[in-house]
Amino acid sequence: MTANDPNTRQNPHDLPPTGESAAKGPAAAGKKIAWVREPELGMAGRSYLMLFLQGLRTTLRHLLSRKTTVQSPEQRHVVPDPLIYRGVHRLNRDAQGRVKCVACFLCATACPAHCIDIVPAESPWPDRQKYPQSFTIDELRCIFCGMCEEACPVQAIELTSLYDLSGKSREEMVFDKAKLLSVFDQTKDAEPMTKGTGTFFGLPVSNEGTPGPAEK
Amino acid sequence: MHLLLLLLEPLLKIAVVIGGLMTAAAYLVLVERWMAAWMQDRLGPNRVGIPLTKIRLFGLGQPIADGVKFLCKAEFTQEHVDKALFLLAPLIMFITAMAAFAVVPFGSVIPPDIFPASWGIKEPIRLMVAPGLDVGIIYMFALGSIAVYGVVLGGWASNNKYSFLGGLRSSAQLVSYELPLGLGIVGVLLASGSLRLDAIIGEQARTGVWNILTQPLGFLVFCVASFAEAARLPFDLPEAEQELVGGYHTEYLGIKLMMYLVAEFLHMVTAAFLLVILFLGGWHLWGLTGAGEVVTWPIALLRVIVLLAKVMGMILFFMLCRWSWPRFRYDQLMDIAWKVMIPLGLVNLIVVATCNEFGMPLARWMGVSAEWAMMAAGWFALLASWLVVSLLDPTAGGNRPRHLRPAEAIPADWEAQS
Repeated sequence: MTANDPNTRQNPHDLPPTGESAAKGPAAAGKKIAWVREPELGMAGRSYLMLFLQGLRTTLRHLLSRKTTVQSPEQRHVVPDPLIYRGVHRLNRDAQGRVKCVACFLCATACPAHCIDIVPAESPWPDRQKYPQSFTIDELRCIFCGMCEEACPVQAIELTSLYDLSGKSREEMVFDKAKLLSVFDQTKDAEPMTKGTGTFFGLPVSNEGTPGPAEK
Repeated sequence: MHLLLLLLEPLLKIAVVIGGLMTAAAYLVLVERWMAAWMQDRLGPNRVGIPLTKIRLFGLGQPIADGVKFLCKAEFTQEHVDKALFLLAPLIMFITAMAAFAVVPFGSVIPPDIFPASWGIKEPIRLMVAPGLDVGIIYMFALGSIAVYGVVLGGWASNNKYSFLGGLRSSAQLVSYELPLGLGIVGVLLASGSLRLDAIIGEQARTGVWNILTQPLGFLVFCVASFAEAARLPFDLPEAEQELVGGYHTEYLGIKLMMYLVAEFLHMVTAAFLLVILFLGGWHLWGLTGAGEVVTWPIALLRVIVLLAKVMGMILFFMLCRWSWPRFRYDQLMDIAWKVMIPLGLVNLIVVATCNEFGMPLARWMGVSAEWAMMAAGWFALLASWLVVSLLDPTAGGNRPRHLRPAEAIPADWEAQS
């Protein structure tokens, strides 16, 4: 560390560079510094004239361009691909109209906002062990990241393309099982269930039959 | 009867000016929001129309709604502020901004023959509040300098570090840019030989040569300086909402904040008026408005329309500029004032003074008229000084010492070393 080290100097204006430090540069101090070169301005840049005109051209072009505003209550925003949009959740039903969820808690575990609350109970149906006695999602806590949808082994929870979610109280925004199932009823025609297949604890699951581990 | 008219005339003018300015400021806010929205591919405010109906009127009710909102805000003064100065600061700002319009002509004259003969009006009525004030432009600049106190006191009285920083930056900026602003007009005053704004317009109308044609350098300096004085982007360092939470008026709310905001808008309107009057010929338009003092009423009306249209064009240019370029860094702002604009203003002053003194013999020797000689000198001065500024580039890398600028400081083999 010398007095001329640019990293330690108090007031660099007062100290002209010596030949040594100018030759070796900042790397002479033994520091790994990645220098980024500022682009050198040509005459066009230095005279500000071209920049002046470029700025004006950009704003003038946008001034006259087509506007992208959607006039919301009258016009509806068109979701480009509803199947990948991350809006309000729904709980899917199987072919017999039962909730598909097997209360495995994978979605609640994956949820970074901790907005899913599941109370499991012994399943009344023979094809699975558990089912959700209650299944609530706090839509105000939810950050709509879609990780519950990805975690679900049985494609029971999905995000729809409904985006204008509103309510008059916090309680109203905590969606229970009935509400989430009604969202499914509302959106099942426009947005069919994902025909995904996967495995759950090594067992094949599909959308067709009700999946899940076989009964013991 | 005549005495009553004498009293009524300025009162009427004041009423028209204040009413017109307040309405204009409110609707210019709407225009600014529209312009901002359109430049960002949005539609802007278009909903508020007539209350309790579904009539929207393209959002023309928006300024009234905004004004009512401001007036209905709770009048709350923070505990930690200096109460007297806190109240005084926006008042200073607002009053000076309004009072500056006393000497601004809104047109040429109203001819006396449109009034009934029994009213006894013999003289044409000048369309400005204080037509007899010979120091016109000095009066405006004096008020403009007092307006700095509004900013400084507001920042100080708020007792808040963001406001204080905003006030500090603002005062340095406004004081710095007073100089190029003054230098920009000195050339105009030399050329027209009067401090009165209506006389300056009259001179441009008489010769038919606007000052921008003979003094383009002066226009450039004055235009940049008036952007900075009005604290408009790219010189809006006093507010710099992304950095200072709103600058010197962070702590203000309600009617006091509205006074600040209206005053800021009025500064822009004043700057537009001054640019039009000093450099763009005021109410004069070739072949349309005539040039003399004696006018018929259609010409008088036309002059008002031409003047206001030019001012509106300038204001739209101000708003266009706001979104066209990024804000300057603070050291660049100061560099532009002290290293570019003041020297350019001095060059303009020298050129104009030389032309005034030696222009006539020189023009006669060259065989052209004096106007053409002045125009040639002015444009040559603009191009030459712009070229010199570009070559020297005093603003580039100004925040670093020369030997630490990238070109010198980075070794050629820096990639190998790091």
